[in-house]
Formats: sequence, structure tokens, C-alpha cells
Amino acid sequence: MLAYLVRRLLYALPILIGVNVITFALFFVVNTPDDMARMQLGVKRVTPEAIDKWKAQRGYDKPLFINDAASGSAVFTDTIFFSKSARMFAGDFGRAEDGRDIAREITSRMGPSLAIALPTFVLGLLVTVSFALMLTFFRASYLDFWGVVLCVAMMSISGLFYIIGGQFLISKLWKLVPISGYGSGLDAWKFVILPVLIGVISGIGSSTRWYRTIFLEEISRDYVRTARAKGLSELVVLFRHVLRNAMIPILTGVVVVIPLLFMGSLLTESFFGIPGLGSYTIDAINAQDFAVVRAMVFIGSVLYIVGLILTDLSYTFVDPRIRFN
Amino acid sequence: MRFPRLALLSLLLMLTACASEQNDPYPKAERGKNILYSAFTDRPKHLDPVQSYSEDEITFTAQIYEPPLQYHYLKRPYTLIPATSESVPVPRYYDAEGRELPADAPAAEIARSVYDIRIRPGIRYQPHPAFATDGKGQPVYGDLDAGKLHGIDAIADFAVTGSRELVADDYIYQIKRLAHPRLHSPIFSMMGERIIGLRELGSTLREADRELPPGAWLDLDRFSLAGVSRLDRYTYRIELRGKYPQFPYWLAMPFFAPVPREVDRFYSMPGMAEKNLTLDWYPVGTGPFMLTRNDPNSRMVLERNPNFHGETYPCVGEPGDAAAGLLDDCGKALPFIDKAVFSREKEAIPYWNKFLQGYYDASGISSDSFDQAVRLGVGGDVRLTDEMREKGIRLLTSVRPSVFYMGFNMLDPVVGGLSEQATKLRQALSIAIDQEEFISIFMNGRGIAATSPLPPGIFGYLEGEAGSNPVVYDWVDGRPRRKSIEEAKKLLAEAGWPNGRNARTGEPLVLNLDTTSGGMGEKSRLDWLTRQFAKLDIQLVVRSTDFNRFQEKIRKGAVQLYYLGWNADYPDPENFLFLLDGTDGKVAVGGENASNYVNPEYDRLFERMKNMESDGPRGAERLAIIREAIALLQHDAPWIFGFHPKSYTLGHSWLHNRKSTDVGNNILKYQRIDVAGRERLRQQWNEPVLWPLLAAVLLLVAVILPAAVGYRRRERGTAR
Repeated sequence: MLAYLVRRLLYALPILIGVNVITFALFFVVNTPDDMARMQLGVKRVTPEAIDKWKAQRGYDKPLFINDAASGSAVFTDTIFFSKSARMFAGDFGRAEDGRDIAREITSRMGPSLAIALPTFVLGLLVTVSFALMLTFFRASYLDFWGVVLCVAMMSISGLFYIIGGQFLISKLWKLVPISGYGSGLDAWKFVILPVLIGVISGIGSSTRWYRTIFLEEISRDYVRTARAKGLSELVVLFRHVLRNAMIPILTGVVVVIPLLFMGSLLTESFFGIPGLGSYTIDAINAQDFAVVRAMVFIGSVLYIVGLILTDLSYTFVDPRIRFN
Repeated sequence: MRFPRLALLSLLLMLTACASEQNDPYPKAERGKNILYSAFTDRPKHLDPVQSYSEDEITFTAQIYEPPLQYHYLKRPYTLIPATSESVPVPRYYDAEGRELPADAPAAEIARSVYDIRIRPGIRYQPHPAFATDGKGQPVYGDLDAGKLHGIDAIADFAVTGSRELVADDYIYQIKRLAHPRLHSPIFSMMGERIIGLRELGSTLREADRELPPGAWLDLDRFSLAGVSRLDRYTYRIELRGKYPQFPYWLAMPFFAPVPREVDRFYSMPGMAEKNLTLDWYPVGTGPFMLTRNDPNSRMVLERNPNFHGETYPCVGEPGDAAAGLLDDCGKALPFIDKAVFSREKEAIPYWNKFLQGYYDASGISSDSFDQAVRLGVGGDVRLTDEMREKGIRLLTSVRPSVFYMGFNMLDPVVGGLSEQATKLRQALSIAIDQEEFISIFMNGRGIAATSPLPPGIFGYLEGEAGSNPVVYDWVDGRPRRKSIEEAKKLLAEAGWPNGRNARTGEPLVLNLDTTSGGMGEKSRLDWLTRQFAKLDIQLVVRSTDFNRFQEKIRKGAVQLYYLGWNADYPDPENFLFLLDGTDGKVAVGGENASNYVNPEYDRLFERMKNMESDGPRGAERLAIIREAIALLQHDAPWIFGFHPKSYTLGHSWLHNRKSTDVGNNILKYQRIDVAGRERLRQQWNEPVLWPLLAAVLLLVAVILPAAVGYRRRERGTAR
């Protein structure tokens, strides 16, 4: 397994370099270092000298990819791309354009993001799997029919509607929890309830339909008939046999997103005033803060790769026949 | 039976917990405290007074830092008064030979202006570790490094703090910081032209910085600044090139606030920047408040500075202030509040709803909430809706010192230049675009149509017929009436474009408008604009682009028409009229004149006007020059004057002493809260509605019960 892991991690390197190159190219197609300087310095009373000074201080006065004026390896290393990207592979994200340390910022914002994403993920999984199993149990009945109709209706509604509707009903009309904001420590619970509830409800439609399809495929198999023939209750058949055998497709979709929970949600965090990584990314994009955008894309890519590796590993736990070669 | 009992108990517990104000976003410990609650939308980027220049930042910096001057809170027009200085400095003028000149000497003769600023003794800084000294007077935190900073993540983590008296050297140090090579002061270039020796200091510091290791402290006391000197412990002198009557306005901005040398030294120690311990994020000042929590992603907290030197609430204002209760606190000690909590609200809907629930003491009105808050009468009068009035909410309105306009690129061969034809074309378009309709449709009436660059409240702005734009309006029955479209068509024909076609070639007139994408509502705005041009049979091509490209096009003069706006730095007509100064063209010198308008006569008038004071014996002469310059602009029409926006602010009944101010920003110290009244109303407005919880439980039971029954039936049923 170790050799497999090492091989996968080595494969990840060119992927990460590729992601970096693409992010870099896309960003600088839209923004020039001059644009970035103007964004940071403001539009009032900005002189060309001030822009040059800003660029020089932050290393944006170099060529993007190739430095014709340099010699030797400096042709590639004395460029914006190399100077900004190389140290990320050593875990040094540097400073945001406003001077704050990106690593510290990410560390402090990870907590709020996880406080929303983790319960939403766990509760969402429990609710949708249970609901899907219930619909499977009552398959081809009115309950199943109306359950599917409900799911289709729920997945047809925009996520924004759930957020605004939830805030209107639960916070504004019924005044049960704060509309937005965040508190530290135990004070956080009252701010977390609403986004988590909305996150769970908004995800029910699509996830339930997906899991129901998987369970329906499993439930018609021979081993299920055998289990029933043994006299097992339907509940045991569903939870012990069907669920376990449906794990591979479930894990494929679920495990890969676990590491990405750290990245937070762009929309939810913005509407609920959660100071997490999702809103950090949005702020950075709006402020044309390349240092932060690059760091967040890089971390997102790393976490996605980690998620894929974890998914592969998880297969061996649910299906002992799977071996890494 | 165990499960239902447990569920019932949980439900009861939940209901008990929901007894009151469960939607309160603040900690329970803060209830009943003298705290003002507000919100901010965009995170402040810089709190260092040398860099901070945006509205998001000055909300905080203006409460912490004290420049020598400030604006009177109540008086209008805006009046400068001392903040830490003993008086508003009066400049002395000298010619090239060093001879003192009288105050009314011609500007051309003045080689040097000298401002002596004396600050009041006894003013002390907020407690801060940079000032902490041991028994021998040595700094406690004088030799920090990454190792010694272990366990310290915020300024509050330093065990020892100290304070010291404000002295003239602190102001001098900050002026030198404007030229610091590692800081990017937006006013350095401009002030480099004015303050003697500042530009040269910038070059010297750049050289010195190159010799230092990266990040090492650059001690500015080692370098002298020719135009700024210390006269005694409390007095310093600033010498400017020539005459610059607007300089005192700058002395009311945080750029000229004091920064002590030891604070600069403290934040420059190794390991501090890595922990975000910088002056940019932990400001140090003498003002009424100090920043005790800096989390620009979530919450910023200002608390009363225990060392604040004291100030009293003003006893005079403008007419109407007494009736509005704005003089009730005359002579009382400031500040009134102990703490101000600013929460970040990126979205308008939560912000508005929290204001209605009483969790913010004041709020602006977004377009989404406008109809819920305000009703416009037939005559354009504004009043609050019944819902707002029932809550005791008050409305404050004021016209902002800003102007929005559609500019013509005067370098463009079709719309530019000062030829009669091009001028008539611009005049025709000025008439055709109905600004009053725009304000009514797209701004909910929150603005007034502009007739010149000067907004109300700025010296030179005139009401009535004298202030009208005769090119665009007729004065009928004591009111301005926009000229008819026929008159605009006549002008267009005289311009060589009868019915929107070239008189010689018959080609249609197609104009290009460059604009930045403006989000929701942009399409309808542009459709409306296209229709305005179509009134003259002119085709409008809208070239929407992102902000960066737009700026680039403006810089290169690659636009024909464009939209822009300007917010005043200070309340002087020079700060608006310089936007059309021919010597400051965008294409020629990268200046602020985006229209690249050059009219030697206007430039001559502007040059005279900018060197004059509005008050004093030459005020009338200045006004006459301004009127003459504006008449030129109205005739030449390099801009289609758009509008001056009105700001609408809502305040709860418990918030006192709130007055709209768009220039003075240190307003927090004047605000007073009726804490008991706020608590009572909050409780009344936020009684939780509990039946939905019960309904949710019942709904859950209604779903689970049939499923459970169905399950049991299936389990007990016979196989089919």
C-alpha cells in the first residue's frame, strides 16, 4: 500500500504544477500587475511612480514566465511565476497583497468553515441515506412516489432561495436564531444552527435521489433475497446488507469531499457572515489578490488529490477484495 | 414510553431556552451595556494612517488617530476646528527672498507658506506595549524576536502596556513616513510637490533602505525633512512651496495624525509582521477610542481610550439643530459610549433585518429595502413608512459631497474639441439625457440633478436661477425646466448632424459609451440610456468592460463617452474643479482630468481660484471666479452633469446626536445611546415565535408514524 501511496503522491506533483500554471495564466490574462497595483492603491491620486514602487516591492516588476534579460537558470527563476509559485510547494504561502500572512489567515478561518461544513456534511449524510433507505423500503408505493416528487421539487430550487427563505422564516419571522454572524467557542452554536439546517435541507433532494437509485439497484440482488429468506427483518436487510454493499458508489462521492470541507462554502459563508475560507476566497477574487487566490486554488487542489487518495483507501475497508497494485 | 418522555423533555428545554431574544447575535454579557452596534461591508485593508484612504478604513481610523484639526460636528458649511492643536494654524507667506508677505499677497509672489502648529500639552496615547518601560526607562519590549513572541498572537497578549504624552515629534515622524519607501502613501506624490523636501526625503530613504537587510527598521529620525521642523516640545512647523490654501483640510485627515517613533520601532522588530502585528492592523492613537479587536472578517471592536484627553459636546450648530435635539448634550464630556462593535455584513438582507430587529443602531437603505422604509410623495417629499414610524425610526438625509457624470473624451474627433460644432453636439446630448428621470427611476429619488461639478454645501454652489445651467434648463415659474428635445435637435443640426446623420455624408451618428459592468439593474439602466440617445436619433453603442480595462482605456484616451464619479476629499471647490484642469489631463500627464478638457480660459480661472480662500475679504471675488469657470464648463459641456447622490440613514429612537456628515468622520464620540430604551424595544421586537417548533415536531411525527405503521404492517404481512 505504501508504494501505491508514494506513486499517487508523485503523480500529484505534475498535477499541482499544472494547476498552478493554469491559475497563473488565467489570472494574468485578466489582470496585469498594474491592475493589481491600482486595485491595492486605490484609484484616487495614484501616480505611475507609486504603481512602479508597489510592483517592485512585491516582485511584480519581473517578466511573467521567461526573463530574457537574465542568464542561466535565472531565465526561468527570476520571473513572477517562479518566485510566486515555487515556495508554495514548501508550504510557504507568503503574504496577501494587504500584508497579512496567508497561512495564519487560513488557520484562523478554517475553524468557522469546518463548524458549518462538518455538521452539514455528517447530518446531511445521515438524513439523506436514511431517507433514501426509507424510500427504498417503500418502493413502488405512494410514499415512494411522493418522496421522489418532493426530492425533485427540492433539487429544483436554487440554493440561494433556501438561504433567503430560511433567514426570513426562522430568523426574521420566528426570531429563533440570529440571521447572521459568528461567535467563538460555545457561543458559535446559535449561529451554526441555521446554516447547517439550510445546508442539510437544500441537499436532501439530489442526494436522496442518488442514494435511492443505488439502493434500488442493490435491493434486487440475490444476496438480499437470501437474507430475507433467512428471516431477517427488512430493517436489518437494509442497514446491514444493502447499505454495506452500496458503500462503494457512496464512498466515491462522499470521501472525496471530506478534505474539501476545509475550504468552506462561498455562498453560505457570505450570506451568514461566517468568517471562513469560502468568504476569504471570494474577498480575494474581488480584491484581485493573486497571492490569496493562488494559495486557495493550490490548497483546494491538494485537498482534492488527498480526497481521491482517501477514497481509494476507503474502498479496501468496505470491500476486502480490493487490493492496491 | 422512554423515548416520548425524552423527546418531550427536550422540547420543553428547547422552548425554555427560546424564552427571549434567541436571535440576539451578541453575547449575553453585553446586554444592557453602553455599546453602539454598527456594521461594515468591505473589510478595511489599511489602518496605518499613512496608507489608509478609503471610507471603509476611515470609519475606524478617524476614531483612533487625532490629526491636529477636525471638522465641527454640527456646523454647516463644514468648518475646521482644532483637534489636538491649540488653534487652526494661519499660514504666513514669504517671497523667494525670504521676506514676509501680507496675507492677501498675490499667489505668484508667494514662494513659501509656513504653518506653525502648536498642540495642547498633556494629551496621552492609548495604553500600548510599545510605550511600556522598565524601572530604568528602557522599553520592556525593545528586543523582541520570533522566539520571544512565542504565545503572543495579538497586541492584547502583551502583559505590560504603557503610555506617554503626545509631542510635536510624533507629527513630524508621521509626515516623514509619507515618504517611506516600503509604505505606499497615496498622497506622497501630491504632497511631495507641496511640502518642501519631502520628495528629496523619499529619494534619500529609498537609498538608505537598499542598504538595510530586508524588513529591518528604517529609523526616520536619522533623516531630516527640510520643510518640517520642531520648534519646541509641542510646536512644529510645516513649510510648503508656494500658496496652498487647501492644506489645512489635509491637516484634518489621518495622513497627518501622529505616529510615535517607538511604535514604528516596536512593529518593526523581527517576527512581528509574521504574526500580523503591524501598525496597519493595530493602530495606536490618542483619540477617544482604541481598537481592541481587529478581525476584519467578522468583527471590529473599538473601546473607550482610558487616556483620552477629554472634549465636550458642541453647543452651537446650524439652524434647526436645537429643534432636532442635537444641542441637548451641550458641554457634556465626550465620548458618550463605552464601546462600538462593528460586525461584518456582506449582504444587504441580513444587515437590514438585523437593523429592524434592533441589533444595529443605524443603517443605510439599500434599493431592496427602499419601499419598505421610505415613501416618496407626489412633490418629491420623503417620509418614512408607517412600519418605520411605529418603530420610532428616524430618517436623516443629506446630499453627499460627490458628483457623478458622463464625460466626453475631449481628444475624440467626433465629440471632443472646443469647435462650435462639437460643443453643440455635447450641449444637445446634455439636454437629451433626462437626469431627473434617471434619479427618479433608478435611484428612488435619492439624488439631485447636477448643474455643475459643485454639490450643495460646497462654496460656489448656488441655489435657484443663479445656480441653474442655462444650456440645459430654462427658468420658468421659479423652477428649472429642462429644454425641449426640439431645442436639442436644433443644436444637433447646427452641429452638423441633422436627425442624427452626417450633413455631408448621410452616415448615422454612432457614439460609444464605455462603462464597467454594474451588476443587477445595469441592463435596464443602459436600455434607458440608449433610449435617451435615440431621442436625438443617435445610436449608442455600450461597451461594457471590467474595471481594469475601463481604467486602462481612460488612461489611454481610448474612450468616447464614459461614466465616472468623484467623492470630495475636503469641502472646497478646488477639489471638484481640478477634475477639469487642463494641466492635469489623464492622457497627457496621468492626472485626474479624465475628459482631457483643455480650455486656457478655464485653466486661468482655476489657477486664480485655487489660490484663494473662501472666507475673508476675497471670498466674493473667489465666488465670482467660480461662477465664471462654471459658466465656461456649462457652455463647453465636457461633462454631462449627472447627479449629486443623497445619503439616507435610518436611526433608531434610542440613538441620539446623529447628524449626517460626509466629510468629518470622527463622529463616534458624539453618539449617545439610550441603553434602557434599546433593551426594552429589543425585547419587545424579538419575542420568539415557538409554534413552528411544535409544528415541525408534529410534521415529523406525521411523516414517521405512517412509515412506522407501514413498516410494521409489511413485516407482519404474509409474503405475496
